[in-house]
Amino acid sequence: MSLRNFRSLRVTAGLVAAVLAVSLSAACGSSGPGDRAGQATAWALTGGDERTFRSSFQQWNSGHGGQPIDVQFFQNDAYKQKIRTAVGAGQAPTLIFGWGGGILKSYVDAGQVADLTPDVTANPTLKSRYLPSVLDSGVIGGKTYALPNNAMQPVLLYYNKDLFRQIGAQPPKTWPELLALIPKFNARNIAPLSLAGQSKWPLLMYEEYLVDRLGGPRVFDDIAANKPNAWSDPAVLQANTMIQQLVNAGAFVKNFASVDADSNADLALLYTGKAAMEVMGSWAYPSIKTQNPQFISGGKLGYVAFPAVPGGKGDPADVAGNPANFWSISAKATPEQRKAAVAYLTDGVLNQSYVDSLVTGGGVPPVAGLEPKLAKASDPGYLSFIYGMARQAPHFQLSWDQALSPAQADALLTNLGKLFLNQITPAQFSAAMNATIGK
Amino acid sequence: MTAPPRVRARHGGPTIWFTVPALAFFTVFAIVPLAVVVVLSLMRWDGLGTPAWTGLTNWTGVLSDPVTGNAIWLTVKVMVVSWLVQTPVSLLLGTFTAGRQRYRAVLAVLYFLPLLMSAAAIAIAFKAVLDPNFGLSKAIPLLGQDWLGSPDLVLYVVIFAIAWQFVPFHTLLYQAGVRQIPAALYESAAIDGAGRVNQFLHITLPQLRYTIVTSSTLMLVGSLTYFDLVFVLTGGGPGDSSRILALHMYITGFASNDMGRASAIAVILAAAGLVLSLGLTRLSGFSRMRSQQEGA
Repeated sequence: MSLRNFRSLRVTAGLVAAVLAVSLSAACGSSGPGDRAGQATAWALTGGDERTFRSSFQQWNSGHGGQPIDVQFFQNDAYKQKIRTAVGAGQAPTLIFGWGGGILKSYVDAGQVADLTPDVTANPTLKSRYLPSVLDSGVIGGKTYALPNNAMQPVLLYYNKDLFRQIGAQPPKTWPELLALIPKFNARNIAPLSLAGQSKWPLLMYEEYLVDRLGGPRVFDDIAANKPNAWSDPAVLQANTMIQQLVNAGAFVKNFASVDADSNADLALLYTGKAAMEVMGSWAYPSIKTQNPQFISGGKLGYVAFPAVPGGKGDPADVAGNPANFWSISAKATPEQRKAAVAYLTDGVLNQSYVDSLVTGGGVPPVAGLEPKLAKASDPGYLSFIYGMARQAPHFQLSWDQALSPAQADALLTNLGKLFLNQITPAQFSAAMNATIGK
Repeated sequence: MTAPPRVRARHGGPTIWFTVPALAFFTVFAIVPLAVVVVLSLMRWDGLGTPAWTGLTNWTGVLSDPVTGNAIWLTVKVMVVSWLVQTPVSLLLGTFTAGRQRYRAVLAVLYFLPLLMSAAAIAIAFKAVLDPNFGLSKAIPLLGQDWLGSPDLVLYVVIFAIAWQFVPFHTLLYQAGVRQIPAALYESAAIDGAGRVNQFLHITLPQLRYTIVTSSTLMLVGSLTYFDLVFVLTGGGPGDSSRILALHMYITGFASNDMGRASAIAVILAAAGLVLSLGLTRLSGFSRMRSQQEGA
């Protein structure tokens, strides 16, 4: 290679390096949604109520040209990680979609979400139209940080009416009735309960309900308040003993540890007649409606509240699940963005057409005085049942994995998985969970 | 030493400036993050707010946590069993596809097919096939095991899926290696009366020495970072029966939001990878790179 060629090569290499350096520094400083020319932004989830959200924002933007809100949709799991990074980096959208509970509290502690109490006081309709038990999940330390934006999601017991007719049984109202059904279904080679064990969070529903039925809401309140040894409460130990009795009696579908809720395999077991019952959130109904409409139109799907536990201290009318999803406003929003967001929360969220859209999709929004509307909907029986259940509940417990800190939630799901597989005893479960208190 | 280094560089080969782009990339995307991770492992940070110094709390926490111990043990198991499964299979397949048999090209295409798929797609496919209620086990009762739900089986299912994904790549390495071996070696061996087995044992295997080292290094170091496939296939479950170290790091960081502890696990992973690859190249004489074809 001649010297001249080599020089020009060096120049080229230098140029390449310079371009690289520029592009590298540009890549590190990419802009987030926060700096988009002052316009308010929102991030929401795909699937579920996506259509309601889309049409709501479209309506809002066409009616309020001066205060448009730019909305983007993300998949559930991807969103949960993306939003946390964005909030931590001060790049959150104006409207933050959330679940309330522990994660909302961590945002509040980090000073990343705005206190909405002044807005709520100035404009009482912001709050007064919602059911109080649902609003609670958006209140931290007496201040309002989040307002509901979709349907209530209580957990209940679904059952296959055909299979119950075959063995001539009634759906279980109490725990002993549930236990008595197990051998009857097993004798016919039908799994008594469907369970998506691979997804882990469905296991939590049994734990939440049994602990509440046995000990009332106080037991979990102690856990959430990080009281030492709160997981060793007799109610937790007994609930876990009852869970293992259920497992050992063959209550759950064989191989439940590899049944996956993301693919709705658990629901498929129920509507294909392989399993007789399933404890699941109210979102199971719209899912079954899309996957197997005949099962619902044929009147084969039954539903009752989670069984009562005789002798337990808890109120059998208590409900566990997700009270709703919520909107919070980023503390980093500009005054204009914040104004647009509050205006949207006041007039755009859960207004007439919004509620209609949720009800049509099979959801029950946490709004007062909904009975006449539900009676006219396409699934009046089911929707009224959910509405009554959630409205009359003395206590609506937010799912523990959302109510606790993320570190505790992860340990809880892992240890529940082991408990259901008989890999640990109830005492070992309590010990392992006590070690996570305060994390 | 009369000639200044500058002149020598100009005449003796490309200057050091050629390494600048690569070094810039390496610094920005490897050295800086690594340093940040080491610093983060000494802090408590939940991804929000400001990180706070905690000294060695994360390290003592991670090292005394039984979940970490279990994760390390599982990772070692995955590493060793993966190597034991993948090496012979890809060595034989590679030797076979390097030959000139009839239909070889067709079969080679089939063998290399998994190479085209992303780990997530492979995991979803395996999940569907192994579903105990709606999957393959219903069609072939012999395969009716609770593959992904049994704590004793799940790790081997994961290892099988990993092998299915990576054997084609290593086959490709061995195929290239075998094709580099001079035909004269085989011809003279054939004249001396060596059969196929003897040719493989005494010519192919020794000649592939450095290919084996490369492939093994990639396999062993790579198995430290297996994550995507396991994450989608099992999520670490049931319980923590398939929660290998890389997955443990991810869950600690992005599900538990404990960036400090996750960083400590990341440092352990990086250190293990470094020691492993350095050790392997040293032990095997790979770093000296002597020719294997003297006299050929």
